[in-house]
Amino acid sequence: MTAPVMAQAAPEAAVQMRKTTYIQAVNEALREEMRRDESVFILGEDVAHYGGLFRVTRGLLDEFGPQRVIDTPISEQGFMGMALGAAAVGMRPVVELMYMDFTLVAADQIFNQIAKYHYMTGGLIHLPIVVRGQQGGGKRYGSQHSQCVEGLYAHFPGIRVVVPATPYDAKGLLKSAIRDDNPVVFLEHKMLYFTRGEAPPAEVEYTVPIGLADVKRTGQDLTLVTYGYCLLQALEAADALAARYGIQVEVVDLRTVNPMDTDTIWESVAKTGRLLAVHESYANCGVGAEVVARAYEEAPHLLRAPARRLGMAPVSIPVSKPLEDEILPWKQQIMAAVLEMMRA
Amino acid sequence: MSASISPQILPSEAETRLEVQPLPLDRLQQMYRTMFLIRRVEESLLQAAEEGKIGGAMHTAIGMEANAVGAAHATRPDDYVTCTYRGHHHALARGMDPGQAIAEVMGRATGFAKGKGGSMHFVDPEHGLMGANGVVAAQVPHAAGMALAAQLRGEDRVALTFFGDGALYQGVMHETFNMAAKWKLPIVFYLENNRYSEMTPIWRTSSVEALYRFPRAYGIESMQIDGNDVEVVYTAVAQAVERARAGEGPTFIEALTYRLAGHMAGDLETYRTEEEKALQRQHEPLMVLRNKLLERGARPEELEAIQAQVEEEVQAAVAFAEESPWPDIAQAYTDVFYL
Repeated sequence: MTAPVMAQAAPEAAVQMRKTTYIQAVNEALREEMRRDESVFILGEDVAHYGGLFRVTRGLLDEFGPQRVIDTPISEQGFMGMALGAAAVGMRPVVELMYMDFTLVAADQIFNQIAKYHYMTGGLIHLPIVVRGQQGGGKRYGSQHSQCVEGLYAHFPGIRVVVPATPYDAKGLLKSAIRDDNPVVFLEHKMLYFTRGEAPPAEVEYTVPIGLADVKRTGQDLTLVTYGYCLLQALEAADALAARYGIQVEVVDLRTVNPMDTDTIWESVAKTGRLLAVHESYANCGVGAEVVARAYEEAPHLLRAPARRLGMAPVSIPVSKPLEDEILPWKQQIMAAVLEMMRA
Repeated sequence: MSASISPQILPSEAETRLEVQPLPLDRLQQMYRTMFLIRRVEESLLQAAEEGKIGGAMHTAIGMEANAVGAAHATRPDDYVTCTYRGHHHALARGMDPGQAIAEVMGRATGFAKGKGGSMHFVDPEHGLMGANGVVAAQVPHAAGMALAAQLRGEDRVALTFFGDGALYQGVMHETFNMAAKWKLPIVFYLENNRYSEMTPIWRTSSVEALYRFPRAYGIESMQIDGNDVEVVYTAVAQAVERARAGEGPTFIEALTYRLAGHMAGDLETYRTEEEKALQRQHEPLMVLRNKLLERGARPEELEAIQAQVEEEVQAAVAFAEESPWPDIAQAYTDVFYL
C-alpha cells in the first residue's frame, strides 16, 4: 500500500503521525471545526447525551453544550428541514442520520429541497449543510439498516458526495465538507468505524480537498476504482492476487463520488488498459455504471479490454450471515472479477 | 354529510379572543394600497396566463391579501418568512418589486431568480422572504430552522411560516410543531385556511373540523381569526410575534380566508358553486378594508387616487416583464453549486 497522496493542504512533512480509529478521526474533525467556527452545530437522534449510536459525537455535548449538540426527536424530515432553514440564514448544521437508510425518510427535504434550493432561488440562497452517518452491510442489520446510498445521492445535482475509507481521509474530508458552502453528504461505513490508520495528531491542521481521488496501491495490470469500505476489501484482494497470480492491480480510491475525479482514473487506465469499478451499493444504475459509461464516452482509446463494474446484486439485504456474505461484493467477488478480466 | 357545505365566513365567537386595536388611518391606507397592488398583480398574471404568456402551474391569492399585508406590517424586515407556492402576495406585501415578480413568473432574465424559480418559488432575502415552496408543508421546518438559528445566536428575530389547510395533514407539519414547542422556538405558524386543499374541500378529507385545535395537542398557543380583516390579522400576528420575541415560544394562527380565484390558472372550479363565491365576496378583504376606511373618515376620492396610482404601477410592471429578455442560455448551468 502506498502512502496517501498528500494534498496541498496536508500538514508539514515533519509532523509525527499517530494511529487512530475512523470514529476518533470523525469525532476530532467535528470537535475541531466546532471550536473553529461558532456557526457549526450538530443535530440528530441520540447525538448529544448518548454521544451517537456509534459514539461518533461522544464528548461533544460536554464541550459545546446543548445549544450546539442537539438531541432531536425521531423526525428525520423535520430536522432535515430545520437544517435547511438554519443554513439559509448563515449557520452550518451537521446533521447525523443514525442509519443512512433513513435518507429515504427525509428524502423530500434532501432531494427536493436542499439539493435544489440554490438553483431554484437563482443563487440568492446557499446551504452549507453536512449530512453524515454510517451505511453498509457486514453486521447483519438487514434490509433497512444496511444499504449504501451514495449512488442515490450522486444521481441528483446540487449535493457533493464524499465516501472516505481511511481515518486520514475521513478527518480531512469532513473538515472540507463542513467548510464547504454547499450541501455535502458524508458517508461513513459501519465496518470502517474501528479500523485504524495513520493521521496527524489532534489539532494539527490539515484538510483533504473534496473531488480528488487518491491512488492507494500502484500496479500495471488493471485499474480498480472504488471507495469507502470496499477500498479495504479491494486492497486485500489486490494483495492476494499479487501473491497468488502475480497480477498487479492499481487501486484508485475515489474518495468523492460527486464530483468525480476522472482525470486520476484515466491516468491510471492509460497505464493498465483495464478498468473495473467496485462498490457495495447496487450495480444496477449505480456509480460503477457511471464510471464505465464515462470511460467509453471520454477515454475509450485507453481501454484494451471491456470495462466492467461490480456492485451489490439487485436484491434486498438479508440478515442471515451466509446470505449476506453471498451478496456483498467484497474480496472474493472482487478477486473473481479481476481474474475473469485478466483471463479474457 | 351533505354534498356541499358552504364554508362559514367568520370565526366562531367562542374562539375569537382578540382585542383588535384600531390602526391609524394612514397605516390602513398604506395597507389598502398594498392589498390593491397584490390584487391587480394577480389579476394581471391570470390574464397573462390566459394569453399563453406564462407556463407551468401558477397559483394566485386573490381574496387572501389581508393575511399577507397584515402579517408583513406586524413583523420586521429582518424577520424570516417562508410560505407556500401560493406566495405572490407575501412577497409583494414584504416589498418585492412587482416588475421583478412578474418577470420571474414569465421566466425572464430580470426576474428575482433569473427565471429559474418561477411562480412557485418566490424568494427575496433582502425583505426576509426566505422561500416559497412547491411541496406542501416543506417550508414549515425551514422556518423552524431559521427560528432555531435566531435562538442559537441570541437574536430577537422571529420566523413566520405560512401554509394552507392541506399542510395540516403532512407529517412534517406535526414533526415541526413538536420541536418548535419543545424548544420554545420564536416562530409563528400561520394557517391561511382558504377552505380548499387544491380542488378538495377540507371537510371531505379531514377527521378534524376545527384546524386550530391540532397544535393545542403540542401545547402550542392557538387561535382562530378572521383572515379577511387586515386589522385582525395585524393584531393577531403582532401578539404572536411579541410572544416569540419574549422567548415564550410558538403561536398558531388559523386565519379563515377564501380563495376567490381557482386553485391555479386554468382550474375548472367544478367543486364549488357561484352562490358560494358570491356569498364569500361579501366579506372579501379589499371590500372589508374599504368599508372600514370610509367609516373612519377616508374620502372615496383618496381611495380612487390610490387605485389609479397602483393601476399605473402594475401596468408598468407588466410592460417591464414582457419587454425583458429571456435569460442567457448559459444560465441553465449556473447556480447548481455556490462557488
